[in-house]
Amino acid sequence: MTILERLKKVMEEQNVGGDVEITMDTTFEELEIDSLDLVDLTMNCEDEFGIELDPDSAPKTIGELVEKIAELTGEEA
Amino acid sequence: MSFTVLGTGSKLPDTVVTNDDLATFLDTSDEWITTRTGIHRRHVLKQEKLIDLATVAAKNALKNSGVTADELDLILCSTIQGDYVSPAFACVVQKELGATCPAFDVNAGCSGFIYALDVADGYFARGRAKKVLIIAAEAMTRFTNWQDRSTCVLFGDGCGAVVLGEGDDLLSIKITAEGNFEALNIPHTQGNCPYTELDGKESVLHMDGQSVFKFAVSSICRDIKDVTQAAGLTLDDLDYMVLHQANYRIMESAARRLKISMDRVPSIIHETGNMSSACIPIVLDQLNRSGKLVNSRYIALAGFGSGFTTGACVLRCHKF
Repeated sequence: MTILERLKKVMEEQNVGGDVEITMDTTFEELEIDSLDLVDLTMNCEDEFGIELDPDSAPKTIGELVEKIAELTGEEA
Repeated sequence: MSFTVLGTGSKLPDTVVTNDDLATFLDTSDEWITTRTGIHRRHVLKQEKLIDLATVAAKNALKNSGVTADELDLILCSTIQGDYVSPAFACVVQKELGATCPAFDVNAGCSGFIYALDVADGYFARGRAKKVLIIAAEAMTRFTNWQDRSTCVLFGDGCGAVVLGEGDDLLSIKITAEGNFEALNIPHTQGNCPYTELDGKESVLHMDGQSVFKFAVSSICRDIKDVTQAAGLTLDDLDYMVLHQANYRIMESAARRLKISMDRVPSIIHETGNMSSACIPIVLDQLNRSGKLVNSRYIALAGFGSGFTTGACVLRCHKF
């Protein structure tokens, strides 16, 4: 399973994103994910991928988050 | 020897402020506040003093427990700030109750009630007390920055109280602190010392909401697991998990991670906002008086707050 697929599963479990199609270019604004949702999602990603994300680097798009996860896990984005 | 909860009490201010009321002078809306916090309204001290609430909450708890004020061996008050900087608010409550026992305050931010339970546990363990009154009394709206729409909508005022007696209903307890004052603080009030060369800050609350959210969710999950395991139980054994009512989304996130359904996580935040350390004993009082503890076995409490402090415990449950 790719990082994006795993991220989609995490978001589904968190119940964020609604029916919007999620691609690398999708912005968190389009997904109506606010700052607290994003903190929650960050924590869920930390659990899912076994990493620690910088709390000050707020990604704007799904792609930015996927790339950050890839960088920390060494997996392909 | 530890303690058992003999009775509970609480009191909220009479004045209710809705989100729509706040929207008359803040750039906010009921929809914005409700979506992000779960809060619809809060109770605010207007003409009452904090001692008026605390006295009613304490008397309710004493009446519920069948204990009289002259039987008390200790009064502990959890508060960020009572009606005075000094004396301790516990002494002010003591006077109103006509009690004669030692009385002092515990300030551990929103975790203060759990800290007070831990202090009380020590008194029971040492055989120094047979009856203890704990009051959590908070007037957060005095310290709220009413020009900061991101924080002032969160808080309300209130008091909760419990009376403890000797027993073995405290199955486990844990408190922590990690020395962080940047993310959540209220600067001290300025005196009028002619020698001070420090620039004073307004004594209003400053909070980094995202840092607090992450800290809160992480600490709830860690502490609830720890105290449940220490009590020899599993999360499935808990009838209720009573959390500090800071933000409904914090409670939802923690419950989801712990796989505990929200019907086991009592919430009053929609009616009260965040009342700091008073939240947990007020929820406890509502559970008690609604009869929900009658057929329950175990209840876990978890608080978190400025400091950063945390506290959690597991109590054997019954109607207090």
